[in-house]
Amino acid sequence: MTLDSWSCPMPLRDHPTIVMGHGGGGQLSAELIEHLFVPAFGRGELADLADAAVLDTGGRVSFSTDTFVVRPRFFPGGDIGELAVNGTVNDVAMRGAVPRFLSVGLVLEEGLPMAELGVIVESMAAAAAHAGVTIVTGDTKVVDRGHGDGVFVNTTGIGILPDGVDIRPQRARPGDVVIVSGTVGDHGMAIMSVREGLEFESTIRSDTAALNHMIGTVLGTGADVHVLRDPTRGGLAASLNEIAKAADVGILLDERSIPVDRTVAAACELLGMDPMYVANEGKVVAFVPAGDADRVLEAMRLHPEGERATVIGEVTATHRGMVAARTPLGATRVVDMQVGEQLPRIC
Amino acid sequence: MKYLEEFRDAGVARRLLDDIAAITTKHHVLMEVCGGQTHSIIRNGIDRLLPDHIEMVHGPGCPVCVTPLETIDKALEIASRDGVIFCSFGDMLRVPGSGRDLFSVKSAGGDVRIVYSPLDAVKIARDNPDREVVFFGIGFETTAPANAMAVYQAKREGLENFSMLVSHVLVPPAMRAILDSPANRVEAFLAAGHVCSVMGYEQYFPIAQQYGTPIVVTGFEPLDLLHGIKMAVAQLEEGRAEVENAYERAVTREGNIPAQQMVQDVFTTVDRNWRGVGMIPMSGWALAGAYRDLDAAERFTVTDIATVESPLCHAGEVLQGTMKPDECPAFGKECTPRAPLGATMVSAEGACAAYYLYGRYEELETAR
Repeated sequence: MTLDSWSCPMPLRDHPTIVMGHGGGGQLSAELIEHLFVPAFGRGELADLADAAVLDTGGRVSFSTDTFVVRPRFFPGGDIGELAVNGTVNDVAMRGAVPRFLSVGLVLEEGLPMAELGVIVESMAAAAAHAGVTIVTGDTKVVDRGHGDGVFVNTTGIGILPDGVDIRPQRARPGDVVIVSGTVGDHGMAIMSVREGLEFESTIRSDTAALNHMIGTVLGTGADVHVLRDPTRGGLAASLNEIAKAADVGILLDERSIPVDRTVAAACELLGMDPMYVANEGKVVAFVPAGDADRVLEAMRLHPEGERATVIGEVTATHRGMVAARTPLGATRVVDMQVGEQLPRIC
Repeated sequence: MKYLEEFRDAGVARRLLDDIAAITTKHHVLMEVCGGQTHSIIRNGIDRLLPDHIEMVHGPGCPVCVTPLETIDKALEIASRDGVIFCSFGDMLRVPGSGRDLFSVKSAGGDVRIVYSPLDAVKIARDNPDREVVFFGIGFETTAPANAMAVYQAKREGLENFSMLVSHVLVPPAMRAILDSPANRVEAFLAAGHVCSVMGYEQYFPIAQQYGTPIVVTGFEPLDLLHGIKMAVAQLEEGRAEVENAYERAVTREGNIPAQQMVQDVFTTVDRNWRGVGMIPMSGWALAGAYRDLDAAERFTVTDIATVESPLCHAGEVLQGTMKPDECPAFGKECTPRAPLGATMVSAEGACAAYYLYGRYEELETAR
């Protein structure tokens, strides 16, 4: 096939070139997956559109990949190396699997200080040890100065899925409660505040953390967990909209119950952003039957990354495919997915 | 957190809503001027909690929405040029010009950068003496002092590679234009709190008097808005038409005088086109004579700009409060945030975007 003979699928025609929003985790990202990747790569396991694929290779494994291009490379609460390990560990764990093996692909830009690479690699090793995974294969490429942004990291992970575990977005059903494991918006606002040199009353730290141990404890309670999702790019709102569509259910949130750190709330207010759309790197959203909510919350709260776990809403049989929220004043509103990236407002 | 939770208290809100219901005896149409207020009203569902007799219509106070199409097209043209670093507030990047937006220019190779303050653009100019750095200076009176400061500093430092594409707009002439329109239904205004924190509110006295229209300076949090609505409704019910301040924690009668002086030094009042609305006399600020050499529109001769506005877009009527976003035939169909026809569907302060993001109640109720 040549560039001229390729026929662009319908909604993608609006953008003849890639724009930043295609990587923003909102509608543009979703369209790229739906209209380009899924048709091209077949419907098989990919079509579940979960955080990881489940493959039957004799035993069942969970398999996922992610690429990290964060700038700056070092930020309060973590760095690109730790983020790359935790991110893929979490994606694998979102199917209920025990993450075991990681691959690491590095794209380095000519001129990167060796000390920076050293710190990033040490940090990856520490994160892998903490998560209990082994880095078993890798690759390094160097690109000319000006053709990269210091370091890009790809990680791919494999986890072992225990028998009987079936966790995927399609299993959300009316009567489920929606639990979030802690405050939302921390990672995105930590990055934005260092990138823009904004200072607040206290430093906003990224929440980057491996969640597999906490998820292990949750599953150990015997709770019938229907869905797990880590709300990264696009934030809580994007993840919930994806689940509502995948399972064809409605989701009703209680806005007041969504935990937001006070400094994060202030930073969002200043920039005109909504914490529900800001990225997280150490949080999980869980859908469980109402009767299992208490033991899931207790299990999460045993871990530091789940200390502020709380119920934020419920699954409904009404407004299927949409997410709504009860506002602090008691009205109801729509919670939509963003189109591309969230942009700071003017005043 | 402090300053936020206190102004979102559900119990106090309930009492204010009850008070409003108790004093309302007939239908009233109120306009909140600022797009930030519109978003707060729709996001919190305030329009649905108010008594049926109180109708909120949404005003023109969305800076991105009213920036003329030809100015956006000029920006796109300048940003596409080699050697230019084009700096803008983020909100402006997705606004459609005639056919494309700044994001498309960026992906096609233009050096378009999001900044949080015009002074960041001055710093970029200082750091890149071999490049032309242009800042997109738009907005109401709120953003004008910082933009004026950036121009003043660049001039004082002799930064010859810095310029600004200016399209400032002013609130009071827009309020007069709305009241002068034969289609006007607005009986009272909630004036924009942030604008008043800079300009004060003395300029509203002649408007209230001349048109017999109550004007209440109002903030942005749910309780601020309910407080402002209550004061406006009380005036209408009592037959008063005064200027009152419901946002005393941020606004004084005379405003921020040093900021006003900075603005007066750098800008001069001019006629201005408002996107979707048309020309409003003496409703904008442009660079004053002494700073004309920093005017990007003059520095980069941008010619042959033919603007094309979608015939389906009713943003002008929405901005003047004569049409609600969801009354527009294109709303949610030909026009969505994904494929916007007008700026009101894109901006974080646009009324159509607020309705689409938070307010599709009908869809919520009729979805299976």
